Amino acid sequence: MADFYEKLGNLDRRIIFVLIALSVMIPIIFNMVFPNPVGAEPSRDMFDYVDALPEGSNVLLSFDYDPSTMPELQPMAEAIVLHLFQKNINVVGMALWPQGASLGQDAMSSMADSLGKVQFEDWVNLGYKTGGGVMIVRLGSSMSAVFPTDRDNVPWFEIPMLRGISTLESFSLIISLSAGDPGIIAWVMMAGDRFGVPIGGGCTAVSAPTLYTYLQTGQMVGLLGGLKGAADYETLVGIVDGQAVRGMAPQSVAHVVIMLFIIIGNVAYFSQRKKGGVK
Amino acid sequence: MRLVIPLAITFTAGMIMILNFFVPHQPFKFLGENLQEWYMIVASGAIFLGVMNLMHVHTRKIRLKRKNWKYSPVTIIGFLLMLVTGLIYGVAESKPFDYLFMNMVAPMGATMFSLLAFFVASAAFRAFRASNWRATLLLTSAFLVMLGQVPIGAMIWDKIPLAKVWLMSIPNTAGQRAVMIGAAMGVVSTSLRMIFGIERSWLGGAD
Repeated sequence: MADFYEKLGNLDRRIIFVLIALSVMIPIIFNMVFPNPVGAEPSRDMFDYVDALPEGSNVLLSFDYDPSTMPELQPMAEAIVLHLFQKNINVVGMALWPQGASLGQDAMSSMADSLGKVQFEDWVNLGYKTGGGVMIVRLGSSMSAVFPTDRDNVPWFEIPMLRGISTLESFSLIISLSAGDPGIIAWVMMAGDRFGVPIGGGCTAVSAPTLYTYLQTGQMVGLLGGLKGAADYETLVGIVDGQAVRGMAPQSVAHVVIMLFIIIGNVAYFSQRKKGGVK
Repeated sequence: MRLVIPLAITFTAGMIMILNFFVPHQPFKFLGENLQEWYMIVASGAIFLGVMNLMHVHTRKIRLKRKNWKYSPVTIIGFLLMLVTGLIYGVAESKPFDYLFMNMVAPMGATMFSLLAFFVASAAFRAFRASNWRATLLLTSAFLVMLGQVPIGAMIWDKIPLAKVWLMSIPNTAGQRAVMIGAAMGVVSTSLRMIFGIERSWLGGAD
């Protein structure tokens, strides 16, 4: 028996890899969907805030991520853009990360096509600009100085929907979808605290614990944390069979499998410790 | 002079930005805005430096046939392909750059990050031990957050998501805030030391 526990404790990591792969693949192959109830979470606060914005408001959506975090953040981007378009809110996109500009373009143009929204009248993508927090401060005094053209090189002053926008204070809400730095924290410090613009955001699950502090102080109006946050938003917006909601089944099974491995590891550890093998 | 000029530039730029924050009127507003634009230009230059460094490192690796040098041509070809398609056709939708980005760069980037799940599972199995009461507390919290973060938590017991929100909002926030306030005070003191020339390690010397 002691030998069994020793073997269990030294389980080949390839077995762990195969079981994790299966725990993700099987729910996808069998199209398993788990119900996703949305409780009193920061994702609901975010939805409620956006939902209460009046028609015709301007919202700045910053795509501060790259393809590595796309599985978590792209479904959020699409759900938020869909909600903003449904509410007839003008969407100005930009990015603090170089690759975010292309991902943002994909999210906005696909949703715009499905809802008949027109580029430069209902939405625009200003693209990427370097500088992080310092650039945000400059946006607070002049947006056209930072973005003389949009991502497709159309001059700022030739874009109809930007006529009423001059600084960050022209926006009713700034939403940053962030995978790290620069991201939500830069927006909270530079745009929220300095210019008084409400900030909402979405982030990867691993970054969410840091950002909860800004929720409690009211420096953020809401937060979508990880794929669960994206699934919550999809559910609240009413997206049927959304990417994030479908992702909840494989993620649930994978979490349970990881927890089972932790339990097995501890069983092996305590059995060996009882025999005096481990201190 | 090699010491005095950088210190004078740092002091002047730092003081202008501090004054611009507390006195947002002319001439500090004008000077502050100009410095912000200079920063963006310098940061753009850093991207160019990064590109030069990437090319230098990989061409050198190929020339000297260092370990894993066979991957370097792939990096260089991939970089040049994106550069050339972006410069010739632009980055607009349905252009070759966008096609390559959405169909190659995006899935490959997502795949690389997804590998993390396998290593997290393996590391958790080997290292996550309830060896004392503090580790047990951490383990219990981790289980609650992992279950509360997915619908299966609510299916097991509807109070699990509430426990997750409580853990994230109260104990987590308390700990995070302590770390953040400490780090922020460190940033302020280090910045002041640099502006006033007390901290000089950034100049490249030991003192």
